[in-house]
Amino acid sequence: MATTGKPALSLGPVYFLWDGPKWRDFYFRIADEAAVEHVTLGETVCSKRQHFSEPHVAEVVERLEAAGKRVTLSTLAMVTLPRESRHVRDLIADSLHPVEANDLSALGLLKGRPHSIGPLVNVYNAATARTLAARGAENICLPPELPAGSIRQMLEAMPDFSFEVFAFGRMPLAISARCAHARSKGLTKDNCQFVCGEEPDGLPLRTLDRQSFLVLNGVQTMSNSCVVLVDDLAPLVEAGLSRVRLSPQDCDMVKVASLYRRVLDGRIDGEEAIADLAKVYPGVRFSNGFLHRQEGAAWVSRGRNAAMGRD
Amino acid sequence: MELICPAGTPAAFREAVEAGADAVYCGFRDETNARNFPGLNFSREELRQSIALARRKKVQTFVALNTFMRAGDEALWYSAADDAVAMGADALILADFGLMAYVAEKYPQQRLHVSVQASASNPEAIRFLVEAFGAKRVVLPRVLTVQDIARLTRQIDCEVEVFAFGGLCVMAEGRCSLSSYATGKSPNMNGVCSPASHVRYRQDGADLVSELGAYTINRFGPGEASGYPTLCKGRFEIGDVEGYAFEDPVSLDVIDEIDALRAAGVSALKIEGRQRGKAYVAEVVSSLKKALGASPGERAALVARLRAMSEGQRTTTGAYDKRWR
Repeated sequence: MATTGKPALSLGPVYFLWDGPKWRDFYFRIADEAAVEHVTLGETVCSKRQHFSEPHVAEVVERLEAAGKRVTLSTLAMVTLPRESRHVRDLIADSLHPVEANDLSALGLLKGRPHSIGPLVNVYNAATARTLAARGAENICLPPELPAGSIRQMLEAMPDFSFEVFAFGRMPLAISARCAHARSKGLTKDNCQFVCGEEPDGLPLRTLDRQSFLVLNGVQTMSNSCVVLVDDLAPLVEAGLSRVRLSPQDCDMVKVASLYRRVLDGRIDGEEAIADLAKVYPGVRFSNGFLHRQEGAAWVSRGRNAAMGRD
Repeated sequence: MELICPAGTPAAFREAVEAGADAVYCGFRDETNARNFPGLNFSREELRQSIALARRKKVQTFVALNTFMRAGDEALWYSAADDAVAMGADALILADFGLMAYVAEKYPQQRLHVSVQASASNPEAIRFLVEAFGAKRVVLPRVLTVQDIARLTRQIDCEVEVFAFGGLCVMAEGRCSLSSYATGKSPNMNGVCSPASHVRYRQDGADLVSELGAYTINRFGPGEASGYPTLCKGRFEIGDVEGYAFEDPVSLDVIDEIDALRAAGVSALKIEGRQRGKAYVAEVVSSLKKALGASPGERAALVARLRAMSEGQRTTTGAYDKRWR
């Protein structure tokens, strides 16, 4: 529900393939140390990967809840096979936890139950948000593509609803039936040997002029740049933003959460946080262009932004 | 199976009707549809006349309003829906849930088709669209094999339309912001992908370089045929290897699968290409219409003719064949 005070921090699902112990230990540390209130977890990108994390889900959920985190289970972004349909159905039927819908099958099955909507479902306006809220959605993490004007418009139109923005991490930009990641290593999706696990932070794809551009993450294509909205949140918070999502990268997410928390609490300013984030997640370009109605890869610093009269 | 044909102009619309289309799909000249290209699409008056022409020839008109409504500017999409309904469109092709809810509530008798941009790829998703918005038909995203489609149609109470010929999205449609990541303009929000306004060709020594926004999408050596820099059909570098990371510059052609698609319970085949000229539309529509009625043996000659029309003369059956994955 909307807060009049400070927004909550939420940790999105790990989009990458991490082996079971790495995945488990990541969440154990989040439980013990991270300043996040909500954690959404579970394989979201590729159903073939599910057996890596599944054996550890119960102990991870238990540890997170013992630490006072609110746990939500994520559903698959793309469902085409009967076993994928079954997985989503079972997850929703059996879960004692709230579920985050990331495709239309989950939206249908969740009708009448409190649930969340993930950033991979197209919610571009309040009419859509209201339609989903009427079916039981209580929180919507908006797609990374949305400009600030659209977000503010939705916050104003639905002041009592909980909206969340995707504020840190490589942005999910596309998903395909074809696995470009496996393909780049001479394999196909059906015989992939889980080679996407070799790049726990994504496989960089550069242009022929050696420009950093995208990363491959199995069937998902993500931005090479990491979205960083830490210095852009104030006007959205003022307009009633409820949650701020951090999407796990292979860096110290406890520190990332701490920096976002401190900015939201007014203890440090955004510029200082950005300088520290560059040390926590080195060698990665930051972006916030979508929010500023520019190309998503762009970086708009607040100083320049104000000078140009943008919001 | 019905043949659903594209029209980007009233002239192409007439050609499609004459060439044997069962339905023609088109959109208004603005960002309410996913082919919002300069010089393309229909004014209100042009669409009114086109629908009247189609009616006389017993051809249906589907109006695509398949972008996502910009928050605060929903009126643009609502009035497009109001006008299309008032003009007698046989179906509206929609992607945005908010717009679907508006049409379902205000015009419960209006046929609602779900655009490929909504990415409904499984039985539960389609049941949701039928239950929530009364969808009568869903255009399937190009992520399914023919076998997947056959299994799907048995489980739903909704017609299925699939893409058969023309441009090919490599990514699940409606779920791709690659274009806006590079240019700020996307199919979902602006109705464009890899827009010409952001395309530049530059000579670099002997190479011709194609760029989209700030990014190099391809580099063509001397004598190499150059192509439009559609982002997902570009050449990139992964590790030390250069190549078409997502897909080669090919187009979709599943004419060889016509019988399998019919057996799979598909109601309609869709031709991509509202950005194409009227001659292309006339040729493709008439050839496909003949192919639909021909025996598999007779089809070969028609297919050869069609292949010559394809982008770069190279085609793929895409996701319809499992090996594509």
